[in-house]
Amino acid sequence: MNPRKRDELILTGPTLAWLLFFFAIPALAMVAISFRPTTPYGGVGEGVSLDAWKALGNRHYPLILWRTVWLSVVTTVVCLAISLPIVYLLGKMQGRWRAILLVLVIIPFWTNFVIRVAAWRVLLHPEGIVRQTLISWGIIEPDTLLLYHEGAVLMVMVYTYLPFAILPLYAAAERFDFGLMEAARDLGASGFAAFSKVFIPGISRGLATATMLVLIPALGSYLIPDLVGGPGGEMIGNKIAQRTLGDRNLPQAATLSVALLIITLIPLFAISHLNRRERRGAIAG
Amino acid sequence: MKTSHFPHLILGLTLAFLYVPILFLVVNSFNEAKFSSTWGGFSLHWYRDLFSPKNRDIWEAAQRSIWIATVSSLVSMVLGTLSACALHWYRTRLQRFHYGLVYLPVIIPDLLMGISLLLFFAALGIKLGTGTILLAHITFCTSFVTVVVLGRLQGFDQSVLFAARDLGATRIVAIRRILLPLLAPGIIAGGLLCFTLSIDDFVITFFVSGPGSTTLPLKIYSMVKHSRELPLINALSTLLLTLTFLIVWWSQKLTSKSTITSTSTE
Repeated sequence: MNPRKRDELILTGPTLAWLLFFFAIPALAMVAISFRPTTPYGGVGEGVSLDAWKALGNRHYPLILWRTVWLSVVTTVVCLAISLPIVYLLGKMQGRWRAILLVLVIIPFWTNFVIRVAAWRVLLHPEGIVRQTLISWGIIEPDTLLLYHEGAVLMVMVYTYLPFAILPLYAAAERFDFGLMEAARDLGASGFAAFSKVFIPGISRGLATATMLVLIPALGSYLIPDLVGGPGGEMIGNKIAQRTLGDRNLPQAATLSVALLIITLIPLFAISHLNRRERRGAIAG
Repeated sequence: MKTSHFPHLILGLTLAFLYVPILFLVVNSFNEAKFSSTWGGFSLHWYRDLFSPKNRDIWEAAQRSIWIATVSSLVSMVLGTLSACALHWYRTRLQRFHYGLVYLPVIIPDLLMGISLLLFFAALGIKLGTGTILLAHITFCTSFVTVVVLGRLQGFDQSVLFAARDLGATRIVAIRRILLPLLAPGIIAGGLLCFTLSIDDFVITFFVSGPGSTTLPLKIYSMVKHSRELPLINALSTLLLTLTFLIVWWSQKLTSKSTITSTSTE
């Protein structure tokens, strides 16, 4: 073995071995377990069985898979819609205020994740201040619950994932040449047309990153639907936890996880495909 | 040119949206009343409760969290630095595979990592506890440290290393005196990132923890889930927030100082 190759192996070896053992093999084991039967004692049986995969078709799994996808997509769209005007403003700003506002946007992100979700649970609680106030003002009916439904999950997901959208979009907006916007306005474009036809295409790489950074963790949400969702707001993550820690049907948990993995890989491949096409387009153009 | 005030409005509303729940927690931590819908007067009651001996398990959980975060930061700083150097210096098929393996844990939902590790530990018959939490945290931290150190490596001039070697430095000396000092800010930043991710992690820890290995996020979760001692959570959150502010302020000062010194030496 030549010395260069030897050095490469010394540097690569420890991490590669660690990640193979604690990441790749567990992931493959998860796929393998999804094709195993379950035993009455909550273990994994011998042989091959498609029971867990067939169970995905019946009962309530299709509904929950669908809810997971649409809640995550709506969260992503709302996060992007809120972030775009903000990064437009921050990108145009100069100096001190820009730094201060950016830090203000990030600070909530430094708070413990469980605490952030818990704060909403307390705020929206049936006995909590928000519901009581809304009832006393006559805005909502006394029997309306603010917690335990899809709307609550959606709001807390937007709250949690918003910084993931703002940061990459801000990084793109910072590099954007705002002179292009003025040029578009001088040539007669309306403010909205300049925003949508010049600014948004100008930060498209940031948009792709922001989409991934929100959509993928949103698909894997567990804590948020668990604390504010209730039965009507359950997502795939809740079902995985129930099958694992509740009734201990490990092959079923594995199958749901593989389904989630496949759903996650779709946007990942789509975005890397778009990026590649865009790069090719840039070279050709 | 007419400027629209719409973005200002959105920014204002968003900041309100981001801060209302946090301010609500902070204000309520000083509320004598047990239920947050009424104001029972200013009091430090919940802070005193938090430090009373009957709530010792909260502090035990906090200690465990700090210990896990420290050990996993240290181990992943070593693994991540080795890994970043390999990825930066070599362009082989092995490195392409290595790159994919490093990036996947960053990209896929943490839930999947938690469940796959749980199934793996169950299949091997490994008892869940602090040890399995540590293994899981080192795994995801290593990827993050690698990404940060790789960014630092791409940012500096490699020729200083060759220069040192040409001037007669041995490999060990070149690594110790040139490479590591240059990489240090990246390694420390990676370690700090890892520390915060580890101490904040709920989902992965939730799956791979066992009886008697409750970390602080798990402890807070069980208090919230059973709606027990909610005012205590307000007080604890306020303390954690203050701590975070201090750490961020301190690290901000540290990085601004280190940028000044590094530019002055260059």
